[in-house]
Amino acid sequence: MAHDILENSGFAADRKLNIVGTSPIKHDGWDKVTGAAKFSSDIIQPGMLVGKLLRSPHPHAVIKSIDTSEAEKLPGVKAVVTGADFPRIKEGTPYGDMTRMVMAQEKVYHEGHPVAAVAATSESIAKRALKLIKVEYEALPHVIDPVAAMQPDAPILHSYMRTKGVKPGDPKVSADRPSNVVERYELGVGDVDAGFREADVIIERSFDTKPMHQGYIEPQSCVASCSEEGEIELWCCTQAPFVYRDRLSEILKVDGSKIKVQQSELGGGFGGKTAFYAEPVAIQLARKARRPVKITFTRSEVFRGTGPVSGTHSRIKIGCRKDGVITAAEAELVFQTGPYSGSAFTNAPQAMFTRYDLKNVRTVSYEVVSNRPKVASFRAPCVPQVVFGVEGIISELADRIGMDQIDFRRKNAMADGARTIYAETFGKIGFIETLEAAKACDHYRSPVPKGQGRGISTGFWFNRGGETSSTLNVAPDGSVTITIGTADVAGSRISISMMVAEELGIPVDKVRAVLADTHQLGFNRVTAGSRTTFSQGVVLVDCARKVIKEMAGRAARIWNVPEEGVEFSNGSFRPAGANVGEFQPLTIADIAKKTTSTEGAIAARSDMNVTGAGPGFGCHIVDVAVDEETGAVEIKRYTVVEDAGKAIHPLQVEGQFQGGAVQGIGWALNEEYIFGEDGKMQNPGFLDYRMPVASDVPNIDTVIVEVPNPKHPFGLRGVGEVPVVPTMAAIANAIGDCIGVRPQSLPMSPPRLLQLIKERGAAK
Amino acid sequence: MKKHHITLNVNGDDYDALVEPQQSLLDVLRDTLMLTGTKEGCATGDCGACSVIVDGVLQCACLMLGMEAEGVRVETIEGMAQGGDLHPLQKAFLTHNGLQCGICTPGVLVAAKALLERNPDPTETEVRYWLAGNLCRCTGYDKLIQSVLIAAKEMRGA
Repeated sequence: MAHDILENSGFAADRKLNIVGTSPIKHDGWDKVTGAAKFSSDIIQPGMLVGKLLRSPHPHAVIKSIDTSEAEKLPGVKAVVTGADFPRIKEGTPYGDMTRMVMAQEKVYHEGHPVAAVAATSESIAKRALKLIKVEYEALPHVIDPVAAMQPDAPILHSYMRTKGVKPGDPKVSADRPSNVVERYELGVGDVDAGFREADVIIERSFDTKPMHQGYIEPQSCVASCSEEGEIELWCCTQAPFVYRDRLSEILKVDGSKIKVQQSELGGGFGGKTAFYAEPVAIQLARKARRPVKITFTRSEVFRGTGPVSGTHSRIKIGCRKDGVITAAEAELVFQTGPYSGSAFTNAPQAMFTRYDLKNVRTVSYEVVSNRPKVASFRAPCVPQVVFGVEGIISELADRIGMDQIDFRRKNAMADGARTIYAETFGKIGFIETLEAAKACDHYRSPVPKGQGRGISTGFWFNRGGETSSTLNVAPDGSVTITIGTADVAGSRISISMMVAEELGIPVDKVRAVLADTHQLGFNRVTAGSRTTFSQGVVLVDCARKVIKEMAGRAARIWNVPEEGVEFSNGSFRPAGANVGEFQPLTIADIAKKTTSTEGAIAARSDMNVTGAGPGFGCHIVDVAVDEETGAVEIKRYTVVEDAGKAIHPLQVEGQFQGGAVQGIGWALNEEYIFGEDGKMQNPGFLDYRMPVASDVPNIDTVIVEVPNPKHPFGLRGVGEVPVVPTMAAIANAIGDCIGVRPQSLPMSPPRLLQLIKERGAAK
Repeated sequence: MKKHHITLNVNGDDYDALVEPQQSLLDVLRDTLMLTGTKEGCATGDCGACSVIVDGVLQCACLMLGMEAEGVRVETIEGMAQGGDLHPLQKAFLTHNGLQCGICTPGVLVAAKALLERNPDPTETEVRYWLAGNLCRCTGYDKLIQSVLIAAKEMRGA
């Protein structure tokens, strides 16, 4: 429903705020510091069985047969399922592929692809039962690297697949034979050849990045049960309870009204918990066993069976004039997606240059399947990988024309009203303010310490809105419950509660946010793309305003005056003027107390497809030292500057900046999926897949820029995606500044840097 | 699989438990005693989410067999608050936003408590190295480390 709040959010720059902009304790924090918070694997149901999955040892094979008879006979085993227990939906369709990803049907497409599952009375019995399942495979040649998968002689994953978007004259793809290239996507503007002719300096480089895992500390876990009447209840850790409900309905052929998805506390997601894995399997086991079934992944299963981010290969070319104006840019990008499409790769060409006002751009992008786990979303999906290259060239161009790093970016920066390559015209944006704040901050103004290098990079993310459905209920004591169907990935409940409290003029501790199950609300889109605090702010401020209007009406009837005679401010209803009469102000609690004697419950709901998300921009500054003996990089100083629009809860916003940057540090320096010749992942554990630990990183300084988003009642922009976008580029630029040669591939791990240092020596 | 009887003390309470030989202390705490505050992030001793104190020594509960826990005294996150009073570390994490999603928080708090018991006045570097066995993917460690330093200061009465 379009609502006037979308046309006029009521944003007022001079509004006095009492709660927004402070940092109260998160309501959910209390249970999290005492161990009482219930995460998915903490859910216990009466009669619950343990489910375990059998996974393929082959990266690519035909399943000839599966014999589960011995496993079924083992005492304590209550159910066994295989691909045959799932509806057979045509492969190459979204739901057909989704089904096959959670449980293989005809073929396995990566090592670790589930082929069968058991539910038993104990974990040890379930594990023994898996060993009794006999699977006959016909192994097929496999391909891991996306560029190799694009070659004409590469093993083909899907014989039915033809590349979408093929244009004549591109030798890399053809539409008339099976291919591993899902889609070719072209996006551009202006006359690129003319733009390059105008350039004084042109730099062209190739880059590659490796898949990294979202790395949430909570492995996926779920508990499914099914009533005798066929009603399914699913507890799980998810960023998308309503999306899970709808997809489960499609792939299991069950009415959505018979599926209740209840999100637990979420132990990290970062995009990785937007798609289900074990959940449909647990449901099928529970339906067969007629008992609740819990499946919890091991860390190895998380690495081998759930989405990392796309690895990429890119070739990027940018030209500029001596005066600093960028005249043209060109990119060819290859994204690995795993066995099925779903990388969201079109984000990359849309976002990679967006923040610079470029008139001539040409990009061609390819999404490619290969025999590795299917990718999942991660903060600003597919964008950081290509910004790694873009910002390397931007830094090099600035050096070549002898311009300050920030001045060069400022010279080309998008301002209010700029038009993007994807045909959006920006309203009020804060990129220039972000660059100015970066230039003014202590870090940038301080000289680079001797022996260190400094790198700068910037980044952009669209930020999102989308379908959001929430309710607000006022209890007779004047306290307020808000029921939300989005996930709380890192503390959004407190920020949302603060906005409601601010609007109602009541203390934030009088507001409680409750995570709804899917029966309680209308559809809520996935919590991703930095949409949740923004969208919930819009929707719940709308609820609060509806409640205020309702209460004003009741105050009018209590006083027996016309409704226009009542005004609301600072949590109280008062006569609008002396001519209305003399009445003691009524607080929200006063009116709530009279719920029964007036017209009954005071409540509001709001269902919107929220628009008006304000684009986000950031700038990172990093100093590094490189040990030329070992190739190890030490992050000496790091500053994140980002436009938050308005920081509702500044400590939370800083935490987003810091957490995103440190994830990027891991991606930059260490994290990668390593595959052997046999197509198996060789580092599926935290010892060999090394994420940053506390001693690897310094404090991360933050500068919150606030250029309010006029489409939000408090001016906020999403802040979760941008913090990882510039990180790897900034670190690579700093390493380049330090050792004299800028790495063009990730991760910049000690062996790779030693090799670069060696080559640099040889070139001298 | 045949189960074996053990007795152990957790947070001051005595418990009997029947454990399979391959089960870890973490399995016993979570699945048998239903003390689910201690988390499993990896089960290989790499993430620290299952940090507990066993007979005064900080350990990963996933790396100790349940049968080895016969007669031990275990301190878990559930025993950290005394009565209704939160430990200063718990308070500092709440006030200074030392946690985001909260899954690593129990392990971090137990590990930090073990640090402050042996070193009440650690430097930031000492805190970072002591907590290097506790992975956190949300916070970037900054506010988590600051929370420990603030709690340490408060506990010293400084």
